[in-house]
Amino acid sequence: MNQKRVLVLEDEPNISEAIRFILTRDGWQVEVEADGIAALERLRSAPPDALILDLMLPDMNGFDVLRSLRASEATRHLPVLMLTAKGQSADRELAAQLGVTRFMTKPFANADVVSALQSMVAS
Amino acid sequence: MSRSALTGTRIRARRTLRGMRQTDLARMVGVSPSYLNLIEHNRRKVSAPLLNALAQALGVSSDALVEDGDTRLVEGARAAALRADTDLSELERIDDLIGRFPGWAAVLAETHARVERLERVVEQLNDRMTHDPYLGDALHEIISAVTSVQSTAAILNDDADLDPEWQTRFHRNILTDSGRLAEGAVALVNYIDSAKTGETGIAAPQEEVEAWLAREGYHIAMTEGDDLSGAEAYLDAQVELASGAARQLALGWLHQMQADAQALPLSALQTALAAHGMAPDRLAAEFGCGVDVVLRRLAHVPRALSADLGLPPVGLAICDMSGTLLYRRPLDGFDFPRFGGGCPLWPLYHALRQPHVALRASLVTAGRTGRRFGAYAIACVAGAARVDQPPVLRATMLLLPEDGQATDRAIPVGASCRTCPQMECAARREPSILVTGA
Repeated sequence: MNQKRVLVLEDEPNISEAIRFILTRDGWQVEVEADGIAALERLRSAPPDALILDLMLPDMNGFDVLRSLRASEATRHLPVLMLTAKGQSADRELAAQLGVTRFMTKPFANADVVSALQSMVAS
Repeated sequence: MSRSALTGTRIRARRTLRGMRQTDLARMVGVSPSYLNLIEHNRRKVSAPLLNALAQALGVSSDALVEDGDTRLVEGARAAALRADTDLSELERIDDLIGRFPGWAAVLAETHARVERLERVVEQLNDRMTHDPYLGDALHEIISAVTSVQSTAAILNDDADLDPEWQTRFHRNILTDSGRLAEGAVALVNYIDSAKTGETGIAAPQEEVEAWLAREGYHIAMTEGDDLSGAEAYLDAQVELASGAARQLALGWLHQMQADAQALPLSALQTALAAHGMAPDRLAAEFGCGVDVVLRRLAHVPRALSADLGLPPVGLAICDMSGTLLYRRPLDGFDFPRFGGGCPLWPLYHALRQPHVALRASLVTAGRTGRRFGAYAIACVAGAARVDQPPVLRATMLLLPEDGQATDRAIPVGASCRTCPQMECAARREPSILVTGA
């Protein structure tokens, strides 16, 4: 079975644990990082099939991570689901300009995260 | 008839309105241009005969040169016209407008002033939403906890066969996050409850202190004496000082004002001001204190003293080494931002590069209705000296209304980038929210 890999970049441990559980249950191989720099290194060395990206991170924000990903050939087309407590239209627009695949605000329904990820990878 | 301290200002305003050169007006009334210049800068009093001659040369009544109301009307109507891109040829006939329709001119000036006030409110609300770090962090914390609780509760609800170890872990997570949620909600409610709500929204402690000082006329009588034992009881009774943090800041200010008053005692200061005027360096030399002490003291004198001596209104700003404004006393036409630093071109910030050097600069607020201000600024070490530690500096800037000649080199500045219409500025750090109409 070809298990899909997803990296969850989220600094809230209880949220990342819940996401890890629901995606594992859905058949994903889940990796978790809590800071942007470590995540970028991991993404460049072994790009997963998808990334779940929190906007507010301790060392750099999700926009910086996304900008960096889109500037690199290896991750230019990586499907990225941005999860954020900030749902302002300006944030959505900036995320879209930077090439986000999906944008979802917190709090979210577990089923929505799973289906969003499935559709991103399928397309 | 008494002639107020700003008669010179009005003479200059009338002259520039007519496009008349200072040398020409001086020749017409039989004084030297340098003497007229001193008069226009309110540094010499105008005799009654000279006032009449000036009024005649300017084509106005002498009353118009000594009464505040008319000048405010001229300035207000002129500012409204400049903002609205009115044909400049009609601007020269502003006296006709005010003479024939003073009521309409007053409506025009007041409408313009109201627009400016509303723009400031918009800016402050915008800043509050965008920059209030506490509010942003508190809401983020609550949403994060809600997200975790909701997601985890859904797992527990949806998965009847959940492994006991996972069940235990998720129950623990819910307990932790519900605690966070409760604490965050209580903190947020307390923050909102303990703060003032007004037309500009929730007040921060610094704003509470500034509101209190503004109501008190920036002078607290007890700071002129030696006894501050009643300070805490007095502060507890001040309606603006709702939070403990604000009362703590206010107490610090009372001690600071008392120290400044002891360095420049009121009666001696009155004599010195009558002799030297608002000259911080001369006052500092006479009283043997720092220029920063003088700048603070000049911004905190009794209203009666200002009125007796005909002192102009003043503004004051104090910042730390990060540029954060620690104190803001606004001056009509020169507002300070509520959040973040001010215009990087202010002498306040230049002073930080040259500690203990007193700076003097002429400023003009950016935009077509620019107003001129004189600024004195100095940065001094705050607190006790520490061996092998970098000094902690605080910069202080005093602002005074100023008249300027067309040839003067005034520095165009804004309050903050968000409200400054000067788009081509090397110091700009973010776009302006103002539509200039230019």
